[in-house]
Amino acid sequence: MYVAVKGGERAIDAAHAWLAEERRGDQAVPELSVPQIREQLKLAVNRVMAEGSLYDPDLAALAIKQARGDLIEAVFLIRAYRTTLPRLGGSVPVDTGAMACIRRISATFKDAPGGQVLGPTFDYTHRLLDFALLAEAAPATPSAPAEGSATAPAVVPHITEFLNRDGLIETQPVSDAPAPDLTRTPMELPASRALRLQALTRGDEGFVLGMAYSTQRGYGRTHAFVGELRIGMVAVELAIPELGFAVEIGEIELSECETVNQFTGSKTEPAQFTRGYGLVFGQSERKAISMSLMDRALRWRELGEDDSGAPAQNEEFVLMHADNIQATGFLEHIKLPHYVDFQSELELVRRLRRAALAGAGGQDHA
Amino acid sequence: MTPAALSGGFSDTSVQAARAFRAALDAMARPGKVVALAGATPPAPLSVAAGVLVLTLVDTTTPLYLAPSHDTKAVRDWITFHTGAPFVEPAAASFALGNWSSLLPLDRFSIGSAEYPDRAATLIVELASLAAPTARISGPGIAVQAGLALPEVAAFAENHALYPLGLDFFFTADDRLAALPRSTRVEAA
Amino acid sequence: MQRSHDPAAGAPTERQAWMGLLARAPSARLAALMPADLPQARLLRGPEVGAVMVRGRIGGTGAPFNLGEMTVTRCTLQLASGEVGHAHVQGRGLAHAQHAALVDALLQGPRAEAIRSAVLAPLAAEEAAQRLARADRAAATKVEFFTLVRGEDQ
Repeated sequence: MYVAVKGGERAIDAAHAWLAEERRGDQAVPELSVPQIREQLKLAVNRVMAEGSLYDPDLAALAIKQARGDLIEAVFLIRAYRTTLPRLGGSVPVDTGAMACIRRISATFKDAPGGQVLGPTFDYTHRLLDFALLAEAAPATPSAPAEGSATAPAVVPHITEFLNRDGLIETQPVSDAPAPDLTRTPMELPASRALRLQALTRGDEGFVLGMAYSTQRGYGRTHAFVGELRIGMVAVELAIPELGFAVEIGEIELSECETVNQFTGSKTEPAQFTRGYGLVFGQSERKAISMSLMDRALRWRELGEDDSGAPAQNEEFVLMHADNIQATGFLEHIKLPHYVDFQSELELVRRLRRAALAGAGGQDHA
Repeated sequence: MTPAALSGGFSDTSVQAARAFRAALDAMARPGKVVALAGATPPAPLSVAAGVLVLTLVDTTTPLYLAPSHDTKAVRDWITFHTGAPFVEPAAASFALGNWSSLLPLDRFSIGSAEYPDRAATLIVELASLAAPTARISGPGIAVQAGLALPEVAAFAENHALYPLGLDFFFTADDRLAALPRSTRVEAA
Repeated sequence: MQRSHDPAAGAPTERQAWMGLLARAPSARLAALMPADLPQARLLRGPEVGAVMVRGRIGGTGAPFNLGEMTVTRCTLQLASGEVGHAHVQGRGLAHAQHAALVDALLQGPRAEAIRSAVLAPLAAEEAAQRLARADRAAATKVEFFTLVRGEDQ
C-alpha cells in the first residue's frame, strides 16, 4: 500500500540546487557543451538513443549532460521526453541492404563479396591507456585520412544472401504484416518475433549482453557465428498520406548483426543454418551482436528445439526484465518512504516474537 | 488534395487540443452534460464539434470508419491531412463517425474483450440537435437522473447490458457535444 | 535489392528526390542558401515537432518490426500564388522544416529553375562529396584476411 508523504520541500530544493552545482563540478574546469558530448562521447549518445528508443543525438547528449553521465538516468529523461511528442506516423521499413557501410565484417566468410571493412573500431587496439589524450590542450594531430579507392558509397549485399542461394540457411519469410508496438499496447506473451526484437533493441545493453553471454557458456547454447556485422547510414522514408507518396525524412546510423547458427534439422526439415538478428540505433555493435544471440535463443520453440530450462530461452524472463527504466523504477522506488508499510511489518514481527516468547516461557514452566 | 483540405485545422494545436480533450472528458464523465467545442472549421457535412473531436482524439494509430453519410472526398482529405488516421471497415475501427442511421447496425463494431474492454469502438454520432432530451439516463457520473437527446432508446439499453464491454458514444450537433458511455442506463423519457 | 519505393512507381519522382535532399541537408547550410527575396507564405500546419516510429525488417528482409522512434519536424505552408509546400525533416529544427517547405513550394512555381540551381544543386554536390569522402575513408580500412595452414594439416 502506498501512503502519501508530505514535507521536506526546502530540503528537496536544497538537494536539487546542490545537484546542479555538483553536475557543473569544479568551476575552474571549462564546462562541457552539448555538441562536445554529442561528438566526443558518441558511443554513450548512441546507447542513450537505443535504450531511450528515440533517435536524436542532440537530445541524447543533453540528457547525458543533465544526468551527470548516468546513462540510465539519461535514458529515463529521453523516455519521459518522447511521451510528449505526437506520433506523426511509422516509417517504411528501412532497407539495411542499401546501407552506406562504414564497417562491415564477417566472421564466417573471409572473402565476403564487397570486402571486409573494419571502419572505426576498437578491435585490434591493444587496450593500453593513451596518455597522449591526458595532455591538456594537446595539439590536434590532423593525420591525413588514409586514402582508399572508393569511387562511390559502398553499398554491399547482405552476406547471408549468398548462403541462401544454396538453401544452406533458412529463408526469411517476407511479409508486410503490421508490427506490434509495445509502446502502444502492453506486451502480451507469448510474443511474436517482431515484438521480441522491439523489446531487445530498447533493452538494457548490460542485461542483453549478460543473457547472450549465458547462451555462449552453455545455458541454451545456439552455436552462433557472426555471419555479418555492418554499421552505417540508412535512409528513413515516411509515407505522407496527404501527398500519396513516401519521402525520405532523414538518415540514421544503425548497427546490424546477423548470426549464423547451427541447426541439426528436425523430422520435417533437413539440416541447415538458422539465423539470429540484431538491429540497433547508432554504432552499438556489442548490443547488436547480443541482440542477435538472444533473438536466436528465444526462437527455440518455432525451430523445434528442446527447452533446456536456461534463462535465455525463457521469453518472459528475458522480455520482462530487459527494460532498464522499468527495472530501475521498481528497484529504486524501495528507497523512497515506505514508513507505513514498514510500520505494519514491524508490528507483525513484534507480535510474532511476543507469541513465540510467551510460548517458550510457558514450556519452561510446564 | 485541394488547399481547402489543408485549412480549417487547429491554429494552436496543443492548447486547442487540450481544451477540447478536457471538454470531451467532461462530457464523457458526466453523461447528459452538453459542452461547446471550438477551434476547427471542417468541411460539410462534418459539424464543428465532430471536427474538433476528430482532431483531438484521432491520429495515425486510431483506425477510423467513416459511415456513408460522411464518407466524402472532402472529409477524407481533411481528416487525412490533419490526423493521418487510416480509414477502415467497422470491425477494425477504434472510432466511427456518421449520422445514426448510417452507423447501424451497431454489432459491426468492436465491443472490446474481457482482458481489454478498452479495445471497444467509440462512435461519434452526428445529430441535428442536442437541445430536447428524449431519454432518461442514470448511472456513474450522474447525480440522480439526467436527460439526453438520443436517436432511439433500445440500442443504447442493449449496449449498456454488455457492460463492462460495449460501445461508447459521443453525440455532436453544430458546436455542441454530449456523451454516453456504456456504463449509463438508458430509459425512454 | 528490394527498394522501399513503390516498385510500380519505379525511381523516385523529382519531387520525392528534392524533398529527401532538403530533409537530409544540414539545417544551417539550407538556411544559408535560402534566397533573400522570399515570398509571403501562410502556415497551414506547423512547423511542429513529433516522432516517427522507425521500422526495420526481421533478418533485414523479413516482416517489419518497430525499432524505435526518431524526432521529426513537419511543416505545410501555402504561397500567395497558391503553391502548397510540405516538409518532414529529421530532428527538431523548426526553421529547417519551414525552409524546406518554402523551397518545396517555390520549386512548383515559376522560380523553380533559379531555386534549383541556387539551393538544390549545391546541396546535392556537397552531399555527394561528403558521402564519397566517407566511403573512401571506409575503403581505406578494407582488409584481406588470410587463413594460415597449420603443420598438422599438411
